[in-house]
Amino acid sequence: MKLTVEEVTAVANLACLALEEDEKERLTGHLNQILEHFAELQKLDTSDVEPTDRVLPMVNVYRADEVKPSLPREEILAAGPLTNYEAFIVPRVVDSSDGKSA
Amino acid sequence: MSSESALSEKATPRESANTPYEAIIGMEVHAELLTNSKLFCGCSAEFGGEPNTRCCPVCLGLPGALPVINERAVEFVLKAALALNCQISRDTYFHRKNYFYPDLPKAYQVSQYGDSAIGIYGWIEIDGENGGSKKIGIRRVHLEEDTGKLIHATGTTSEVDYNRSSVPLMEIVTEHHPRPGFDQIKTAGEARDYITKLRAILTYLGVCDGKMEEGSLRCEPNISVRPVGSEDYGTKTEIKNLNSFRAVSRGVEYEVERQIDVLRNGGRIVQETRRWDEESATTASMRSKEMEQEYRYFPEPDLLPFHFDDEQIEQLRASLPEMPLARRQRFVDMGVSETDAETLIEDKAVSEFFDAAVSHAVDVRTVTNWVLGDFMKLLNQHGVPINQSKVTPGALAELIGLIEDKTISGKLAKGVFEEMFNSGKSPREIVEASGQTQISDTDFIREEIVRILSEPRNQPQLQKYLAGNDKVLGFFVGQTMQATSGRANPQIVNELLKEEMEKLR
Repeated sequence: MKLTVEEVTAVANLACLALEEDEKERLTGHLNQILEHFAELQKLDTSDVEPTDRVLPMVNVYRADEVKPSLPREEILAAGPLTNYEAFIVPRVVDSSDGKSA
Repeated sequence: MSSESALSEKATPRESANTPYEAIIGMEVHAELLTNSKLFCGCSAEFGGEPNTRCCPVCLGLPGALPVINERAVEFVLKAALALNCQISRDTYFHRKNYFYPDLPKAYQVSQYGDSAIGIYGWIEIDGENGGSKKIGIRRVHLEEDTGKLIHATGTTSEVDYNRSSVPLMEIVTEHHPRPGFDQIKTAGEARDYITKLRAILTYLGVCDGKMEEGSLRCEPNISVRPVGSEDYGTKTEIKNLNSFRAVSRGVEYEVERQIDVLRNGGRIVQETRRWDEESATTASMRSKEMEQEYRYFPEPDLLPFHFDDEQIEQLRASLPEMPLARRQRFVDMGVSETDAETLIEDKAVSEFFDAAVSHAVDVRTVTNWVLGDFMKLLNQHGVPINQSKVTPGALAELIGLIEDKTISGKLAKGVFEEMFNSGKSPREIVEASGQTQISDTDFIREEIVRILSEPRNQPQLQKYLAGNDKVLGFFVGQTMQATSGRANPQIVNELLKEEMEKLR
């Protein structure tokens, strides 16, 4: 399996990365090297091995539904580059109002 | 977020002007869970608050902050999934849904993808448009985090408030292709009944307050139409901004008509999200969904998986309260009409008030008439929820008692009830203070007299009076006093008797 420059461009868009044409070429090469390495690993017979999607052997770690103090607003807003002392100010985004990028 | 079909933009064959169409309506509902704290941190989950005052490193997604799951939120979703007849996924987990949009500061939403949902393959019973009931298949019930609020302040900037960010949110989605034995929602009326029934179930469980106006219950139907008899699905549109039951039925109805209109005029439906506008009662395009989003879901590494065992599930199942449809049936068995029972159960608090009033051994139908009549009218006028009203179930039962033992007439009782509603005083207190007992209630006495004069066994005496024997009046005074347990004012009785008997001459 070989990645194309078009696929790399699509992935870069999803990750909000603006790439120059020469960068796309170069990164396509790098990514293909990584894929080749995984292709090598794929050759191993793992049919007897349970898939591992977690490294910790733990389940059901919960906290009680208790309210704890929040941060003071000045501290919260200090983390953002631009505020109006009540809210973070961001460049206007196209209204999709359902949390999906537009 | 149903990233279902890639079958957008299918060319629809041109239909003739009178081809009958049917609609297929899918429902995606988001319910904010009634926990005290957020899903992964201890910040308050309560509605409102000054902007950005309920945030901490976890719900702001600051580097290094680690989330821990709120146990109650999980329990609420399990309860809802059980009440919606779902299978419970015994071993499951959260996913990251990745996207860039400032409503969540982490650049991903913690959610559950596809069959990793806590509940899958359930159903909900609704009233079908053509009578009878329909079982609507539910595809999944899952837990995720809510997003922050964006206010588009100026032409170039937006304000972000993260108070709602990471409040526990439950998503409930109907099946697009129902399994055998299950149905789809096909009309605006059924869509409205679906959300009404679902809201009742969630509020009975106490997992969501169901306030569509405040956005704690949000309903996003997706709609397509097709010629009757066709097995293919048409192109879907999704509607947002439906903030009431009424908006749900009006919005769906409008969109179905719009799509049929487009097709009949040889147009094609564009897969898009449309926004309902209450004022103009129309939907308008928000953005087209021509490019299916790629969210790059993967298992959330910061959170550990769930494992639910039989014991826990059976314990939760056993702890479920009486559900709305069971309560409706119980009310019908008690003698309430089907229609009234349906209205009584829609609001959990109303059904509880009814139950409590009836427990005082007063007539079921009389209680129904008061609750759904005068009481509901006043509650709506004043915008007061029934459980915050000054009228208690005991006070209503007392009032009905006063009517039944004839202390006051039904007509006077209406005024007494209004005063109970405004002042919170007991009906007996009000009646005694105003002296509005039967003594001065001429309407009531007249009613009794008319009834006595019409009784067959009293006809011989009445004929005597009409023939000129005035002494018979005493007989009728006695009858009236007896009928009113001696509490009627004899003078008024005398006057009214003469009046009524003169009318019969």
